[in-house]
Amino acid sequence: MRYAMAVDTRKCVGCSDCVVACQTENNVPIGFCRDWVVEVMDGTYPQLEVEIRSERCNHCVNAPCVRCCPTGASHIADGGIVLVEHSDCIGCGACMASCPYDARYPHPSGYVDKCTFCAHRLKNGMLPACVDVCPTKCLYFGDLDDPHSDVSLVLKKRKSKTLIPEAGTGPQLYFLI
Amino acid sequence: MKEEIIVSGRMNQLIDPHLHIWHWQISLYLFLGGMAAGILAIAALYYIRGREKDYKTAVRITPFLAPLLLVFGLIALFIDLRHKLFFWQLYTNIKLQSPMSWGAWTLMVITPVSFIWCALHIKEIFPKWDWKFKWLYDLEAFFSKYKKILAWVMLIYAIILGIYTGILLSAFNARPLWNTSILGPLFLASGLSAGAAATLLLSKDAKERKQFARIDLVLIGIELFLIIHMFMGFLASTQVQIEAAQMFLGGPYTMSFWIFVVMLGMLIPALLEIMELGKFHIPVMIPAVLVIFGSLMLRFIIVYAGQVSRWLY
Repeated sequence: MRYAMAVDTRKCVGCSDCVVACQTENNVPIGFCRDWVVEVMDGTYPQLEVEIRSERCNHCVNAPCVRCCPTGASHIADGGIVLVEHSDCIGCGACMASCPYDARYPHPSGYVDKCTFCAHRLKNGMLPACVDVCPTKCLYFGDLDDPHSDVSLVLKKRKSKTLIPEAGTGPQLYFLI
Repeated sequence: MKEEIIVSGRMNQLIDPHLHIWHWQISLYLFLGGMAAGILAIAALYYIRGREKDYKTAVRITPFLAPLLLVFGLIALFIDLRHKLFFWQLYTNIKLQSPMSWGAWTLMVITPVSFIWCALHIKEIFPKWDWKFKWLYDLEAFFSKYKKILAWVMLIYAIILGIYTGILLSAFNARPLWNTSILGPLFLASGLSAGAAATLLLSKDAKERKQFARIDLVLIGIELFLIIHMFMGFLASTQVQIEAAQMFLGGPYTMSFWIFVVMLGMLIPALLEIMELGKFHIPVMIPAVLVIFGSLMLRFIIVYAGQVSRWLY
């Protein structure tokens, strides 16, 4: 099983519903977030190009945060989801420094927190909160090993990119372009 | 023109506009650990080579600084942890891929070894020292008997400690400035040079001082070579590393790095030491303190600048 997400940058309007849904679902402390929206403006007026991306942890195949964690708190769980075991985390910050996507934040309780692909919802057969709530249905989630999953189908049909693959992380968050 | 705006969500002051997770605690620890590693490596090396009589201060006196430096370093590390009460998790795991795990276990060995080394030489500082209990005398006798093995352990672990402080940072591919393997040898050389400077400060023997001024000179030469190499490597590398180098070549860290680290920490003490080795009489305090100061500044600047350097996408 290999969970992945695809974000349609052509459909996303940057409403930030995914951000609020995540904060509510996962009880993210005020001032922090596990996902966020980036708007990239390219070109000179009037020839402008905009790309809107809903970003989160890339659940990398070769995750630097897992490699550098001194206690094994950061680990790769079933389905390739990168998780932090709170009671193993010492809050040293190495994983935060190692993430080229800056996808982690220190929870006020001391441990480091991040996107879990809503592992607790997946267990009950539900989709991640951000995917469920997206009003333009621009987020696709599923198992890459299953050729009929939403994410496999859309990635077969559309052109996509990942963020800084040259960092060698093997990101699993795809952006449809 | 390309402009990136974060529309919502990640208004995290610890990440935007750049990472703010490691502060003075880590920088200070990297310096203290590096200096302790330098002191212990030099002491062990001269002991193994049988030069204890020639370099009494380096082998017997300066190592008394090491446990102090290590303990303060460990306190700084502890203060840095956000989940403090879980620190023991470091010692229930061995993670070969994590430099921090290597460091934790290295400190676990080198700290007690440095205390034992001092205990063996306690009479140098307190001539009337009495261990009071028989078992402590037995322990002292035991370690005296195997002092050579102890010295080898100390040498190897001191070098690992010195290198790991650099590798800790260079393992982070996410921070282009840190992501160079030169940082390991550079921090080792800088730690050894601070360690040599400590002996230079404490020694009362003119011959020993001369020797350590020479050692310091060689180490400063190596450091300069490594720094030049580091920037050559950056400039010949990818865009993100070119940008990382530019922070020091005209960017915001240019003044602090070249003035505090290279000028005050390396070139001026080197010049003073060359004059000292010649006929001039220069208070040995000045180059020694400058070298130690430069070593401290190197850690601070690299730790802070590394968190500013990042990938752009």
